[in-house]
Amino acid sequence: MTASDDLTFTLNGRAVRVSVPPMRRLSQVLREDLDLKGTKVGCDAGDCGACTVLIDGHAVCACLTPAAQAQGRDVRTVEGLANGTLNRLQQAFLHYGAAQCGICTPGMLLAATALLERDPAPSEAAVQDALGGVLCRCTGYRKIIEAVLNAHRFPAEAQGKAATALVGARVPRVDGGGKVTGSEAFGDDLAPADALWLKLIRAPHASARFTIAPLAPLLARYPGIVRVLTAADVPGANEHGVIPAFRDQPVFAVEQVRFAGEAIAAIIGDETTVAGFDAADFPVRWEPLPPLADMDAATQAAAPLLHRDRPGNILTGGFVRRGDIEAAFANAAATVEGRFETSFVEHAYIEPEAGFAHRNGDTLELFVSTQTPHMDRDETARILALPPEKVRLVPTACGGGFGGKLDMAVQPYLAIAAWLLDRPVRCAYTRPESMASTTKRHPGRMHVRLAANNEGLLQAIDFAGDFDTGAYSSWGPTVATRVPIHCSGPYAVGSVLAQTRAILTNNAPSGAFRGFGTPQAAFATESLMDALADRLGIDRLEFRLKNALRAGDRTATGQLLTASVGMADCLVALQAPWQAARAAAQAHNAGNGITRRGVGVACMWYGCGNTALPNPSTMRVAVTADGRVVLYQGAVDIGQGSSTVLAQICAETLGLPLDVLTLVGADTSLTPDAGKTSASRQTFVSGRAIFAAATDLRRQILRLANAGERARLELTGTTLSFVDGADVRQVDLARLPADTNGVVLAAEATFDPPTSPLDADGQGVPYATYAFGAQMAEVLVDCELGTVQVLKVAAAHDVGRAVNPALVEGQIEGGIAQGIGMALMEEYIPGRNTNLHDYLIPTVGDVPPIETFLIEDPEPLGPYGAKGVGEPAMIATPAAILNAIRDATGVTITRVPATPDRVRAAIAAARARGAKASDVQG
Amino acid sequence: MSKGVVDSASHPPHQGPPAVAAPYLRPTSIAAALQHLADGPRLIVAGCTDVLPAHVGKMVVEPVLDLTRIRDARGIREENDHWRIGALTTWADVAEATLPPAFHALQSAARQIGGVQIQNAGTLGGNLCNASPAADGVPALLILDAEVELCALTGTRRLALAEFILGNRQTALRADEILTAIRVPKSACGGRATFLKLGARAYQVISIVMVAARLEVAADGSVAAAAIAVGACSPVACRLPALEAALIGTPCAGDRLRAIVRPEHLHPLAPITDVRASADYRREAALTLVRRALSSFGTGAP
Repeated sequence: MTASDDLTFTLNGRAVRVSVPPMRRLSQVLREDLDLKGTKVGCDAGDCGACTVLIDGHAVCACLTPAAQAQGRDVRTVEGLANGTLNRLQQAFLHYGAAQCGICTPGMLLAATALLERDPAPSEAAVQDALGGVLCRCTGYRKIIEAVLNAHRFPAEAQGKAATALVGARVPRVDGGGKVTGSEAFGDDLAPADALWLKLIRAPHASARFTIAPLAPLLARYPGIVRVLTAADVPGANEHGVIPAFRDQPVFAVEQVRFAGEAIAAIIGDETTVAGFDAADFPVRWEPLPPLADMDAATQAAAPLLHRDRPGNILTGGFVRRGDIEAAFANAAATVEGRFETSFVEHAYIEPEAGFAHRNGDTLELFVSTQTPHMDRDETARILALPPEKVRLVPTACGGGFGGKLDMAVQPYLAIAAWLLDRPVRCAYTRPESMASTTKRHPGRMHVRLAANNEGLLQAIDFAGDFDTGAYSSWGPTVATRVPIHCSGPYAVGSVLAQTRAILTNNAPSGAFRGFGTPQAAFATESLMDALADRLGIDRLEFRLKNALRAGDRTATGQLLTASVGMADCLVALQAPWQAARAAAQAHNAGNGITRRGVGVACMWYGCGNTALPNPSTMRVAVTADGRVVLYQGAVDIGQGSSTVLAQICAETLGLPLDVLTLVGADTSLTPDAGKTSASRQTFVSGRAIFAAATDLRRQILRLANAGERARLELTGTTLSFVDGADVRQVDLARLPADTNGVVLAAEATFDPPTSPLDADGQGVPYATYAFGAQMAEVLVDCELGTVQVLKVAAAHDVGRAVNPALVEGQIEGGIAQGIGMALMEEYIPGRNTNLHDYLIPTVGDVPPIETFLIEDPEPLGPYGAKGVGEPAMIATPAAILNAIRDATGVTITRVPATPDRVRAAIAAARARGAKASDVQG
Repeated sequence: MSKGVVDSASHPPHQGPPAVAAPYLRPTSIAAALQHLADGPRLIVAGCTDVLPAHVGKMVVEPVLDLTRIRDARGIREENDHWRIGALTTWADVAEATLPPAFHALQSAARQIGGVQIQNAGTLGGNLCNASPAADGVPALLILDAEVELCALTGTRRLALAEFILGNRQTALRADEILTAIRVPKSACGGRATFLKLGARAYQVISIVMVAARLEVAADGSVAAAAIAVGACSPVACRLPALEAALIGTPCAGDRLRAIVRPEHLHPLAPITDVRASADYRREAALTLVRRALSSFGTGAP
């Protein structure tokens, strides 16, 4: 880099001097030049606040601060907060579970510090004002607010406290320390100093043919480019996909691109060259083609095919049929019908895709932010033409996933580059390229009919849904399959006809996103549940309760539910809040002002794990001669807390305290395959596997001393004590025969939830267990402006057993925040809002107080009765909010997000039709 | 759509890689800054809250003139017949200053721009020179009849804010000039002011519509002077002179004021449809916000 200036400033109390270009972002100076990786980069545009630092005590975005402006000033980063021990605020963050993935945590801590230094006991409004510039995608903000409000109650220095392991306890997350000190290493935090940088060259057109010209002039002009990669350089298969039968996405496009943002080449070189490279200098000739911009265009008879083997641009479909749908509608006492539409939704994790790779002998090692290490490993190996064991994949901390990091992003590019160059190579997507190129929630277009009899019992559902799956398959088939199974909701319905299609278009691939299509379907079905209740003259909550699935009922796929069906209990838990909220809304609306309050309720159910497919997780736990209990667990904690939950289950089962556990993993060379962190499966599936492994290990341990089942274990140094009343026995682990890794005892167990394939009518046992939930939203609608404020959410979820209630609440609150976004503001428009100021996600001021009711109807297969909770709160939220808007205004919004202009237009249209709110509400 | 061939590598060939870091200057006086500018064109920066977001995945390659060391150009002072706001005054400075009630719209805008991080770095001068149609500072300054002070080596000129911002991202700033201050004549500092911002979320949001309003009340309780401006509904935020005229003499009570507002008063607006809202919605929302802003007078709210 030319023209570097000497820069001196105070950093966390110490004078530093560094020679950098004056306009270099301070965030880069801190991270790259001073190696302080605690300051995170989420957007480089001042939109997310992850890079917040304090300059002379004031919070600023380090990404918007030119290095030269730090000259002579006092800069503080997250690394400067703790002084050997956690400060008050950091302790509060750990205590309240205010950090989930941890990527926004440094920014939150610094923004809060600026406030607390002026006002140690601030009001909630002041906290919200202080944190309004930092986005969090995981927590739903409520626990962060609580932590900041209560920070002053914590001691100045953290007190050592023995962790208890009991299942059911609010144990602080085991990986929390690094998240609040900034030492946790995320995807862009680990590359060695000598790593080369990689940048992808991406298509500016949604559909185009292209030709890459000879590269020699480019290389001559940019001596800092050490290599250019194109499709011709892929050692193995130039394709990948998450479902082998549907693999269709090239690593590098060949001759043709199918969405704007698709990669055609990569340049690799030093930081200055790569960061300064103008993609317009890449020698490519584009021949733009008319894109199939949406499902209408893609399904026209004359539409060109995106893929030759997908006639009609239909990727695949899903189908469930049960009972006699026509007869049920013909005999129904009441029927309702509606059409609903949803938009592309962006995951908007605050950590863009990032990682680095290097070659270690004949093994390629990849350190990336991912939800699915073994699958990434296998796909990468195929692309490199290597056996899987020659690729080692080590997930870094994951700064948010939500399904978006179930597809590969930087992985193949880093792997190919590092493999061919035998040099470490790093890459982090910019926010715009992350948003343009990675997967989205499928837009859905649904036509739904419901029928009930005169006793108010649901008789039939007829559901037809099309989903825009974008240019490549990704998880489109999963969405197409999951939706028909779930679209009847958690209700006993005798006749079901559900048909879905995943339609290929020239948009970014739609993939996995919290709920796999079920939030879209719930929005449609739950809207009609209200309409049907109104038609029948039954209270909307009581109507749902009347029809709720119960143990002994059969599902839409004919599955007999035998246990852990807490749907009715969830609704019962909401009865009192429902009545109170209805009364409050009525009182407000009696004023007949321009604002109207409304209350909505919606239910959801969700099958935990893969759909009608094997879904195993393997866990391993060992005791070593040096007195450690090592949990080898390959489940990726993406912030939801699986590392903590699995450790709690392990410790509880072993009968040892949590702090004796050493956690190893995930790492494909060290830990067995725990499967993907997806489908709300880790607590249920991996939790059951660790329960089995720990049960086995405890048996082995007890045998060491011929101790009885009831013996209490204590581990001090290498001495293992067995206490059973007055009977105390001791074993010195150091004296036991150990293997080469020092292991004296070990146990490994696999759990694969029992499911069965679905037949041609979609009948079978797709999931071993289901989560159930009911949620209520209270909203205030400004009828003139169309703005909607969510005032409160109450959420009742049957989680089987809350292994860690604080973490469960975290999942619920975070899911609700994302649901608020989908309901009210989030709409990704390909090519138009690839940043976090045009694409809006909820801020700290958009998530209201949340009251959670944990229903524990134990799942016999689950560890201590537990099942999944990762996705459920997302699913019911948009539906509850939209129903609340309808309750408030009498207007049914059939398209989300319900932005102010759409709500305003719907109200105006209803008024123009002369419909009075009271008439519509019935 | 026609099939075209676009050759993106059509630049003239260079000798080597493009220069990646530019000479960067950070003078301590306006005089020095102007001298630097006379030596050649430069990208003038201050808080960088607009410049760096425009460089995501890119480097700043232009020569830069950073004004943030010019201490004289930061801060708010009362002078003889006007208030002087240095161009480098940050939004946080504005929010924390003690100012007459006529500035409350500006101070309210200051507290609603971006998040705290943006308020601590972003400057008023930068907000005006960036000339975004959605610049939150502009309506609140328009109702104060603000002028900008433009300095060049050849002399200093003053322009009304409405004559300075010419269009979306267009200003009357000449290549040899620096915007050094905003002047608010005391003749426009009477009465009270309010600011309403409409966005699709609570914080850190680009406005769909915003309205600033200032009213002066005569001894008899009627409106003696009115200034109303609407932002994000036209390439440049604009005043509503017909409405202002219609308000004169109206008793300063919320319901009486709002009853004056007619859709035709919003004639100067020319809203567009974008990712945030439709043009029709903007027009309706502007009408609603103008009415609400006026309703808040006479209730003691602003």
